[in-house]
Amino acid sequence: MGAKVNITDEKVDELYAVMEKYKQEPGPLMPTLHAAQRIFGCIPLPVQKIIANELDVSIARINGVVTFYGHFSVEPKGENIVSVCLGTACYVKGSQGILDAFSHDLKVEVGETSEDGLFTLEATRCIGACGLAPVFTVNDEVYANGSVQMVKKVIQTLKK
Amino acid sequence: MAEYVNITIDGRQISVPSDYTIMKAADSIGISVPRLCFLEGIHEESNCRLCVVKVEGQKGLKTSCSTKVTEGMVVQTDTKEIYEAVSFNLELLAGNHKFECWKCSRENSCEFLDLLRRFNVDNDFSNAKLFDQKEIKMNDTSEAMMLDSSKCVLCGRCVSACEKLSGLGILNFSNRGSNTYIGPAQFHNLEDAGCIYCGKCIQACPTGAIREKDEIKLLERALRDTSKTIVAQVAPSVRAALGEEFGYKIGTNVEGQMFAALKALGIHEIIDTNFTADLTIIEEGHEFINRVQNGGVLPMFTSCSPGWVNYLELYYPEYIPNLSSCKSPQQMAGALIKTYYAKKLGKDPKDIYSVSIMPCVAKKAEAKRPEMGRDGYMDVDLVLTTRELARIIRHRGIPFRDLDPIRPFGDLASYTGAASIFGASGGVMEAALRTVTEILEGKSTPVEFTEVRGLQDIKEATYHVAGIDVNVAVVHGGAAIKGFFKMMKSTGKQYHFVEFMGCTGGCINGGGQPIVSAVNQEKYDVRALRSKVLYNIDHNTEFRKSHENPAIKMIYDEFLGSPSSHKSHELLHTHYNKRSFYDVKI
Repeated sequence: MGAKVNITDEKVDELYAVMEKYKQEPGPLMPTLHAAQRIFGCIPLPVQKIIANELDVSIARINGVVTFYGHFSVEPKGENIVSVCLGTACYVKGSQGILDAFSHDLKVEVGETSEDGLFTLEATRCIGACGLAPVFTVNDEVYANGSVQMVKKVIQTLKK
Repeated sequence: MAEYVNITIDGRQISVPSDYTIMKAADSIGISVPRLCFLEGIHEESNCRLCVVKVEGQKGLKTSCSTKVTEGMVVQTDTKEIYEAVSFNLELLAGNHKFECWKCSRENSCEFLDLLRRFNVDNDFSNAKLFDQKEIKMNDTSEAMMLDSSKCVLCGRCVSACEKLSGLGILNFSNRGSNTYIGPAQFHNLEDAGCIYCGKCIQACPTGAIREKDEIKLLERALRDTSKTIVAQVAPSVRAALGEEFGYKIGTNVEGQMFAALKALGIHEIIDTNFTADLTIIEEGHEFINRVQNGGVLPMFTSCSPGWVNYLELYYPEYIPNLSSCKSPQQMAGALIKTYYAKKLGKDPKDIYSVSIMPCVAKKAEAKRPEMGRDGYMDVDLVLTTRELARIIRHRGIPFRDLDPIRPFGDLASYTGAASIFGASGGVMEAALRTVTEILEGKSTPVEFTEVRGLQDIKEATYHVAGIDVNVAVVHGGAAIKGFFKMMKSTGKQYHFVEFMGCTGGCINGGGQPIVSAVNQEKYDVRALRSKVLYNIDHNTEFRKSHENPAIKMIYDEFLGSPSSHKSHELLHTHYNKRSFYDVKI
């Protein structure tokens, strides 16, 4: 199901090293979570447990923070993250159709990751590119003046 | 020196200390502002917005639980605007609440229901299905407790109680907006979330969202099973609190009516866990003396409180050798019921259904530990909390207040004053000292050891016994336990004997005891009032030292042999295991 998390010893060591540094400063939780998200691609319970022990914060509290912010995730995300803007301008120009097309072609619901682990589909609020509406992003790349027709092409390119 | 300020509330001029909130000032003149999330000293986050008042000259409504009084402040607590605002907030909460009040564990102690009544809430939102109800999440695989999001009003009182009283933080808010839920991380199963089952969250909850595993039906079924003889035991603290469920003042001893009610329910044999509290003292006392005289592991830790045992197994497993091998009084009683008592009754143990009434939710899980039985049956088949007993008495229409008090008779029902104080923090230690000092000194020693009594988090004393200074400590509540270990490690002080209880104040304030509303928790010193019942029983009992109990002498003569004998080890002692939590595989 979806992408797999790989918790290797190297990655765990990296997390410990990061925490060692942040523990010296006040409020080490947020920077640690940012690092964990980067290192593992998500912050599942076993990683939360490591952080809880090291920072003396309860796992429930950590999970509260992880699930509050959209940037963090508990489940692994796909290799490519497709975010379709549903901000007002994009929505008016038909971005819902683009989102539906991605959902249909990738066979995933919004917020889910495709079975091959290649794509995570997200809906996002305004990304500040209203002049280019409707827009969607794939990883860090912005696709301007999007259309339903673009969806298949983009998926094909990324699958290669 | 508190400074005073003059304020006007609902037209009445009063002078109150300047650090008061508006709510507290109103309380002081008998004006009860509605409140749901406020729990003094525990949760003061003003997130329910039901305690709003109008402050003259200020825009909008202010939460009275968090707004401090100022000189000349003019406050109104009950205008039309406030009434409509509070009613509307209640409507919104009701719209997402699952109402099944007839079978709810909080049938007569629901603060939410009280407010809905007070404001005559129509519940239009859920009746008209105006919006989708949130997803219902049930966390009900634990043997002791369950979490039911359909009753949760997201006030956060349990979250704060767990953090501040148990020091653990098992519960927290997750997700956000309409998807917010309270629970362990990812709503992970409670039994694998590091919870010790102290139940402070249950006592904090204004509704039935977090509650003991409801098992009263199991008793009703057993009572109708003609092949079973039902033997019930009752813990020391139940009699000190059960009356509250039937309108008695906090701190009323209802021992006689409690036994009468059990009889009225149809329980065949009634015994008293107090008896095995005395037995615990004999076994634990000898274990302690043995450790002291033969270089055993010290300090020795008491093992009566299953919340505490959970705490140790989960968080300080390196100290397992310090834990007394004695079973708790509940489990000792269970083991005797299915062996000694079964034989006396001429019954096959499998035809005996052993029920215990406990002030505790952790006891439910303790009874299910695989080592707590033999030959394919469990020593304790069912554990009901004080609250569950009260519910079943009410449901059956038994007129509790009119019952004539009775006392159980039989071999496992007599007890000393030492046993009765087991339910209060310091009680186990004091009971043990009464017996241990007398054995070690070889002569009569004092009865009272008042240094270990009281509600201070960590109590310490040193007693000079038979040529050695015995350092004892008494610790109660998860947060204090954490503090004690930190302190013990940093100071390196050599303790000999430490009493631990998972709940602050001990069993009298256990997670299974009657719920005391937030308002009454502020008003009364619940722990002190209930403890007083136990110390009064102690004071008025003929024998006050466990080893003086004639029935204890008898059971050793007839059945067990001597303390720490092979037989007592087989039946009355146990072992512990290191446990981990959030064992999640990816």
